[in-house]
Amino acid sequence: MPTKSKLPTSEGKVLIELKNVDKWYGGFHALKDINLSVRKGEKIVLCGPSGSGKSTLIRCINHLEKIRGGTVTVDGRVMGETAKSVEGVRRDIGMVFQSFNLFPHLRIIDNCSLALRRVKKMPRDEAEKAARKYLDRVHILEQAEKYPAQLSGGQQQRVAIARALCMEPKAMLFDEPTSALDPEMVKEVLDTMIELARDGMTMICVTHEMGFARQVADRVLFMADGEILEEATPQEFFSNPKHERAQAFLGDILGHQ
Amino acid sequence: MLDFSVVVNRWQDLVYGVGSTLALSCAGIVLALCIGLLGAALQRSSRLIFLVPVRIFVEVIRNTPFLVQIFFLFFALPFIGVRMDPTMTAVIALAINGGAYSIEIIRGGVESIPRGQIEAGAALGLSQFQILGDIVMVPALRAIYPALTSQFILLTLTSSVCSSISANELTHYAQRIESETFRSFEVYFTITGLYLVISWLMMTTLSMLGRRLFSYPNQ
Ligand SMILES: Nc1ncnc2c1ncn2[C@@H]1O[C@H](COP(=O)(O)OP(=O)(O)OP(=O)(O)O)[C@@H](O)[C@H]1O
Ligand SMILES: [Mg+2]
Repeated sequence: MPTKSKLPTSEGKVLIELKNVDKWYGGFHALKDINLSVRKGEKIVLCGPSGSGKSTLIRCINHLEKIRGGTVTVDGRVMGETAKSVEGVRRDIGMVFQSFNLFPHLRIIDNCSLALRRVKKMPRDEAEKAARKYLDRVHILEQAEKYPAQLSGGQQQRVAIARALCMEPKAMLFDEPTSALDPEMVKEVLDTMIELARDGMTMICVTHEMGFARQVADRVLFMADGEILEEATPQEFFSNPKHERAQAFLGDILGHQ
Repeated sequence: MLDFSVVVNRWQDLVYGVGSTLALSCAGIVLALCIGLLGAALQRSSRLIFLVPVRIFVEVIRNTPFLVQIFFLFFALPFIGVRMDPTMTAVIALAINGGAYSIEIIRGGVESIPRGQIEAGAALGLSQFQILGDIVMVPALRAIYPALTSQFILLTLTSSVCSSISANELTHYAQRIESETFRSFEVYFTITGLYLVISWLMMTTLSMLGRRLFSYPNQ
């Protein structure tokens, strides 16, 4: 497949903006003065060594972590100002976790329709119809009546993607969506993500799948010790990383792949 | 000589006693479960105004005898104008006592739920309350269902203490029959058997209910 060579463009409005974000866990400075803006339709890949703050960063966007300084703005709404802003932003942003986090006691269809019924107050039949649409989109409609434990890891992760898509989010956050999967299941999940990217979804993905990054990312951000050290197109980043931490990091992961 | 005919002659009273004990216990269990769920939910709050009263309630109830609790409700509360009939008092005493233990048990269940489940709910835009009700409750209850079941059987057996305020229940009927017939052995032998039957009924019902409610497959 051809690699993408799109440079970050100035068109499109800014959907997600982090300004001078500081995050502390007790006395530990986990994010240091982070600035990032993501335009509508942009695909960002976030990588970096373990403990560098990647998860923390994306979790600040939908307020799963409270920040100490700076602001997070999503589609014009400043996050955390009011409880309403938190709920509003969470409705606008889907999230996919490393460990799937499907609800074990609900059938797949109910996993997907729950938030539609509870948050968007949709009647059950309408919510299920929407859920089926997105299950179909991740090619897993035939599993709708099963429970999460009856699905493989890759299938569960695709359900998790469908569950987030049901809310018709403006952007999707992925936190290492393939790293808990057996190798043979990674591809099906990445393929789903690639389809999503093709459809124009705004995405921020924490992942070490460099093939995926090359193929879909507009920008790759490299983090270490709570800072964004490098920001580049995938080609630049992979062929010519500037920061020595990035060089060491790439050496490590490419060495293993 | 043993003479069970006095017991047999009063079979209607005994059936009524068993029915009363079952009704009393079921009412107590349902209310205790409500108290347990509410208390466990409040305990997740970070606000002291919710936390402290729940803690005090649990500690007071778990560290005082049930008999004293029921006497307090029945004999002490009328002095501040709260008057209830014995059976009503018994239901409330059982609910409060069972509720305090349930809070602790259910809290354990809630704490066993992986944080990721709660975060997934939050990320979908569900409120704290919806997360507890739709996401946490069923798996949490499943995790502690055996403990909760034995607590509720215990509650059922404890209901016999309510005879001390003449509440409508099996032991109270037994005492009446005994005082009229002086056949202590026959009467208490019989109700011992009946309590065994009641326990068994409760256990069977609760485990059937559990199988129905928590039938989803394990991860
Ligand atoms: N709840 C927490 N309390 C205290 N420290 C935390 C907490 N969560 C994360 N940290 C610390 O913050 C730092 C950043 O963590 P984070 O999970 O964001 O890293 P990461 O880049 O996602 O790493 P990984 O690749 O291992 O997932 C780590 O040093 C971690 O130990
Ligand atoms: Mg992480």
